[in-house]
Amino acid sequence: MNVVVCVKQIPDPSVPGQLDADHTLDRSAKPILDESDSYGVEMALQLVDSSGAGEVTLISLAPNGEVSGLRTALAMGAHKAVLVSDEACAGTDALGTAKVLAKCVERVGDADLVLAATESSDGYTGTVPAQMAELLGWPALTFAKKVEITDGKVKIQRQTEAGYDVVEASLPAVVSVTAGVVEPRYPSFKGIMAAKNKPVDQVTAADLGLGDQVGWSGARQSITNVSQAPARQAGEKFEDDGTGAEKIVAFLENLKVI
Amino acid sequence: MVFNKVWVFAEAAGEKVTSATLELLTKAREVGATVEAIYAGSSGDAIAAQVGEYGASALFVVDPQGGLPGQVAAAAIAQLAAEHNPDAILFAQTYDGRDAIGRLSARLDRPVLTNGFTLEVDGDTLKFGTAIFGGTTLIDVELSSAAPHLVAIRPKSFAAEPAGGGPAAVTSVAPADGGRAAEARVLEVFEEEQTGPKLEEASIVVSGGRGIGTAENYKPLVEELAKLLKGAFGASRAIVDAGWVPYALQVGQTGKTVKPKVYVALGISGATQHLVGMKNSDNIIAVNKDGEAPIFGVADLGIVGDVNKVVPALKEAIKAKLA
Repeated sequence: MNVVVCVKQIPDPSVPGQLDADHTLDRSAKPILDESDSYGVEMALQLVDSSGAGEVTLISLAPNGEVSGLRTALAMGAHKAVLVSDEACAGTDALGTAKVLAKCVERVGDADLVLAATESSDGYTGTVPAQMAELLGWPALTFAKKVEITDGKVKIQRQTEAGYDVVEASLPAVVSVTAGVVEPRYPSFKGIMAAKNKPVDQVTAADLGLGDQVGWSGARQSITNVSQAPARQAGEKFEDDGTGAEKIVAFLENLKVI
Repeated sequence: MVFNKVWVFAEAAGEKVTSATLELLTKAREVGATVEAIYAGSSGDAIAAQVGEYGASALFVVDPQGGLPGQVAAAAIAQLAAEHNPDAILFAQTYDGRDAIGRLSARLDRPVLTNGFTLEVDGDTLKFGTAIFGGTTLIDVELSSAAPHLVAIRPKSFAAEPAGGGPAAVTSVAPADGGRAAEARVLEVFEEEQTGPKLEEASIVVSGGRGIGTAENYKPLVEELAKLLKGAFGASRAIVDAGWVPYALQVGQTGKTVKPKVYVALGISGATQHLVGMKNSDNIIAVNKDGEAPIFGVADLGIVGDVNKVVPALKEAIKAKLA
């Protein structure tokens, strides 16, 4: 089977985030593969492997022709990538991103399954998988914590507020996976070397016929104010010298909860 | 000036409308002259009474008949919106809420604003507030797209206050044609056994993270302390991903948002992912071995120590008080 995986290349989350003057995310540092996407990449590799044939294709929207995060996923074993990189895309919102990614799925062709994370770690709008599915006219099985493919159907355990539902649909379909659905592999040295020569098909929004639907104008929204959240005041901190439990009891008594 | 008509995507657990829905209805009354709700499920009459009490005058009901509620709701709302012209449609930032707003956004070609926690209407402009970088930076956003505006709000952002209205007038609508998207079927429903108060509603929440050491430690350290305090127990994403406890217990950006009177974080370092879900608690107590852990930056009382020593002593002390 052929699996397409949506991947996002994001600024390293361990470095505090910054906004540029135009209110877009500061992406001047070398981006990394969003860890949330490594689960979809691993899941795709396992599904293609067990089906015995097919390819894993990555699709990504990123500024400046960035490929460093894509190379990580290629090093894990993905076969090829489509990268949409275009100055016109700065400021693109979730729906614009879904439009771009849905066109990428069509460009790849013959996809049986599209995998995505439930949300990115930086923007976390959390709607792109459902938006893509609607644009493609496909079923979307979202928030999967387990995925099985049998006889042209995909069956998942879908996370719910109270537990999980077992949900099934025929292929092709979009599936969003939660972190922990599988254990992502680390790229091997051989994989890292091989990734350098794997094909990355770089296109623009205009190539996909989406020239006017991306960027700030496509997003149809503006950021009117950016401010620091009032910081919560840290209280008292004690080394536990054996009286830690007592201090907690006193705190709870003071609040009259015990 | 407020909007003429604001819709709320109503969700329920069984026949009980969720607290997040009641919060949205309360806000909708403030920003809209008329409030109406849409519900995808099979308990229309029970839901109508509850949403009516919180200010909805009408309830559109569509029965998903085994399909995914978010998909079914989006297809129905797209048709209904063309007929009834709501100015804005509010969704809770939940699993079904995200499915519904995402699909509807693509169907109507409208942008979405998600993870909101403030909402105002000024003239015909919707003003939306959210936070980025783990809640440290606040962002105000305005839409220039045409109505209906599609907005998802994090639970616990607004108070839920009844308006004392009678049941909403129910209109049953047939599922709209969803094409292949409607092929998804819910085959089975599993609910984790739940004892004690619900995580989102409890006034005391005790959560555990990696620092509790092993999966086996969760019950004696986290669950039993929560029960002693008549509270609910939760978890950080790290131990949910590790399979120690079910997803239903996750507190954080991707899990539940809680706002209890007291939040006790045991062995939780306080990644932004987690802080987003609990930092608006009234009082926060943290126990963690690492004195530099970010959780201490938000804790009212921080104990730098081993949860395996502090919690057993704490349980004994509380038992002695209660005896």
